[in-house]
Amino acid sequence: MYTQGLTPQASEDGNDPREAAFQARIDAEDRIEPNDWMPDSYRRTLIRQIGQHAHSEIVGMLPEGNWITRAPSLRRKAALLAKVQDEGGHGLYLYAAAETLGISREEMVEQLLAGKARYSSIFNYPTLTWADIGAIGWLVDGAAIMNQIPLCRCSYGPYARAMIRICKEESFHQRQGYEIMCALARGTPAQKDMAQDALNRWWWPCLMMFGPPDSESQHSDASMRWKIKRFTNDGLRQKFVDATVPQAHLIGLSMPDPDLRFNEATGHWEFGAIDWAEFRRVLAGDGPCNRERLAARRAAHADGTWVREAALAHAAKRRARREAA
Amino acid sequence: MTEAPMPLWEVFIRSRAGLAHRHVGSVHAPDAAMALQSARDVYTRRGEGLSLWVVPSAAITASDPAEKDMMFEPTASKIYRHPSFYDVPDDVGHM
Ligand SMILES: [Fe+2]
Ligand SMILES: [Fe+2]
Repeated sequence: MYTQGLTPQASEDGNDPREAAFQARIDAEDRIEPNDWMPDSYRRTLIRQIGQHAHSEIVGMLPEGNWITRAPSLRRKAALLAKVQDEGGHGLYLYAAAETLGISREEMVEQLLAGKARYSSIFNYPTLTWADIGAIGWLVDGAAIMNQIPLCRCSYGPYARAMIRICKEESFHQRQGYEIMCALARGTPAQKDMAQDALNRWWWPCLMMFGPPDSESQHSDASMRWKIKRFTNDGLRQKFVDATVPQAHLIGLSMPDPDLRFNEATGHWEFGAIDWAEFRRVLAGDGPCNRERLAARRAAHADGTWVREAALAHAAKRRARREAA
Repeated sequence: MTEAPMPLWEVFIRSRAGLAHRHVGSVHAPDAAMALQSARDVYTRRGEGLSLWVVPSAAITASDPAEKDMMFEPTASKIYRHPSFYDVPDDVGHM
């Protein structure tokens, strides 16, 4: 609703007197709402972050959608269908939140399809077996929850409100995934191997989901000051590892990391070096499924064009008829 | 080329009988009937409501947050609008 009549105010970041008042509001834990004055760089950062987040939800439907028709039981199929539908909803809440900043959904979708906007690197990995659906719910959604819970207190009101809704829905996603892993881990040796294989393939890419190490992260400082972000990448990654390792051990699975060890003194699980070259390669477009994912989105968008056009034409015709009557 | 924008609608849900409709978000749709369908799918997947409203976003007139002082500040000094402004004997009991 806030996009109408909104003309982004020009401000030379850093020397606008309104900036101090803006920062004071943020420091006081006040929320920023769409038509409030904000520095351009705050607006741009949010548009980029919320847009990427929305794209991730939408592209994230693809790897799991791949298994809906092959789910092993009706119960699993209904749960997976509901989860994938939720992810579509998350994408829509987030596009709407980004639109309050003065960009349209059409523009954002265009950026995604043109390969100009990013989405989470994790969705460029393939889902090879049914166990991958368990691993995604447990690990990918688990990592997403770690990232998203602090975003419920983000300084930008519409983003924070969308995240509260999303977080409420996410916990079912993680539990259904872990339930799949539990069933496989307790199953035949072949099923247990399948679960372990999925964990082996998803573990490292999941650790990469939290983004580059703090020493290299370029957006962190301003985002922390603006309270868009409240924990650092490394901080969230550690929380995820600490939460997840015991869950794997509980069902007799092990992490694919020979350096993993519990540090009694700090109470944290220490883990081995992450292959950041792989992360950068996947982000740059050269992961196992980047081309396939974008091609699928482009095809879906192109195939739906006539439907959107017809629906708009139909609505215009009815409006004209009503006005003539 | 950016395609034609799909109209925007604001979504309001009455979560329980006796409560007012509350703004929950927005959807894009070509007309009111499809906006209602879409709002149902996007915002009520877990029994969130008993009633839905969709309103064209363009139909909403909003106050300008930059003028909030002019708009709302005058009430701050009118403390005589509150019951605690008035002195009555303690022994009158609850009033
Ligand atoms: Fe999601
Ligand atoms: Fe999810």
